Amino acid sequence: MKIAVCIKQVPTREWQPRLRDDKTWIREQDVSYEMNEPDAYALEEALRLREKHGGEVVVCSAAPARVQQILREALARGADRALHVEDDALAAADACVTAGALAAAMAEEKFDLVLTGLQSDDQGHAQTGVILAERLGIPHSTIIMEVQVEDGRLRVKRELEGGWFQWIAMPLPALLTIQSGINQLRYATLKGIMAAKKKEIRTVPLAAGLQPTQQIVALAMPSRAKQTQMIGGAASEAAKELVRRLREEARVL
Amino acid sequence: MILVIAEHRQGELNRATWETVVAAQLLAERLGGLPVNVAVPGATGSAAQELAAAGIGDVVTLVDPALEAYTPDAYVMALTGVVASMSPRFVVLPHTYQARDFVPALAARLNKPLITDVTAIAGTADAPTFLRPMFQGKLAAQVRPMGEPPCFVTFQLGAFRADQVKKSSTQSSVTNLAVTIARSAIRQVPEVPFQEAQRAVDLSQAARIVAVGRGIKSKEQLPVAESLAKALGAELAASRPICDSGWLPMERQIGSSGQTVAPKLYLALGISGAIQHLVGMKGSRTIVAINKDADAPIFEVADYGIVGDLFEIVPAIVAELEKK
Repeated sequence: MKIAVCIKQVPTREWQPRLRDDKTWIREQDVSYEMNEPDAYALEEALRLREKHGGEVVVCSAAPARVQQILREALARGADRALHVEDDALAAADACVTAGALAAAMAEEKFDLVLTGLQSDDQGHAQTGVILAERLGIPHSTIIMEVQVEDGRLRVKRELEGGWFQWIAMPLPALLTIQSGINQLRYATLKGIMAAKKKEIRTVPLAAGLQPTQQIVALAMPSRAKQTQMIGGAASEAAKELVRRLREEARVL
Repeated sequence: MILVIAEHRQGELNRATWETVVAAQLLAERLGGLPVNVAVPGATGSAAQELAAAGIGDVVTLVDPALEAYTPDAYVMALTGVVASMSPRFVVLPHTYQARDFVPALAARLNKPLITDVTAIAGTADAPTFLRPMFQGKLAAQVRPMGEPPCFVTFQLGAFRADQVKKSSTQSSVTNLAVTIARSAIRQVPEVPFQEAQRAVDLSQAARIVAVGRGIKSKEQLPVAESLAKALGAELAASRPICDSGWLPMERQIGSSGQTVAPKLYLALGISGAIQHLVGMKGSRTIVAINKDADAPIFEVADYGIVGDLFEIVPAIVAELEKK
């Protein structure tokens, strides 16, 4: 089975947001990046499917040159090769442009299965995977918690809200967006890191003519829905003050 | 016209649809008083009648046997034609798992914008903008759709209040619209939805909840939170990553994929406050957040906040509670 995994590079969880002067995007020079967490689960699922059914795992990303950091990491974890649509304009691209860029580069590869995370931890549109399926002309299902492959067909467990699930069957080729927690992640071994150095990262240019569908006119710190009372001081003082307020103001103790 | 696409399960209306009706009415007002219409794909039960009874605007039900069980392919096919023929300026839905499953494909097929997870509407009648979280809620973006209408928008659950629907005493009309869907073009075959196991824990009934997030760092540190839960007579719960790691059972998960709770007191320990978690707990009466990161989004919904090391603060709270 020929499996593609679309991964994105996003700011680390510890990153403190700082804005560019025009306040429409973040100050990228301050940012350290990591692999989008749901995409890491998609990669792990692809590696497990390859172990079971054979074939190849190709990691794909549409991003500036800096993304090679996480493409190498994916290769070290066990992916066979990488496909990189490189363009600086992809750093802040919307889901339509990102999906269009990936579709143009991936179409000729004729993948049997395309996996990606259910959403990115940066813009969080939760759209790219589904639009990519539409552009590739293949069926899809989203927020998947289990993947079974049998006789060229898929049977997948889709998560619904509030603890409900549903099994969906569909033919291959297909695209799935993967929910975090579907499996236990593996980490790169030293041997994997060494092997990754020799693996191929093929870089292709961004396809022409992709039109953005939305524009960020302003980015800001979110306004607070509530007037939060912050309690300071040493741990013991803060604890004492909190308990007092919960008893006397909020009356919940 | 603004078109609301209603969500239902076997004809029973999803309550989030009412929140979207409120958002649609606010948007319609901002655009100078546009009418609101509602489309109900494959409605068999009470959903269409319930919407019509509120008198919010014309209701159209899309009728085809292929729409009885939800599949993204059938929904996209049915709605592509309906949206094209009704020519709405905006098509709006709640940001549910089902909307996430088919709306990106629908908008992409029509080459139209889709703005997701919207929490507020701003801008002018000519150029409305939509507020949505980015970077895990650390930032809020004001976004403008580009190109020709319609523009698709999904609204974050809980961002608008269902009880603020402007109803009319005049019942709206319900029109059945036959749509033609080629069965052979539907590639997904759905089975019947199910629940994994009968829940032993019903957190929705708890008066007090102590919830832990990534900040607890390891399973071995859980007793820190357990001791606080015990001192408060509270249930222990967690954000998704904790349950994904197997540190607490899935049935103790709070958030969009777990339980929705509204206790008297909700203590969030080391929870950053990703939106998927917030939708499950922001209705709590009093929320306390303890987190080392002063910028964590959890503080936006908290009544009381302490920035600091939970491993120092929590034992101090337990000691304080045990004083009397």
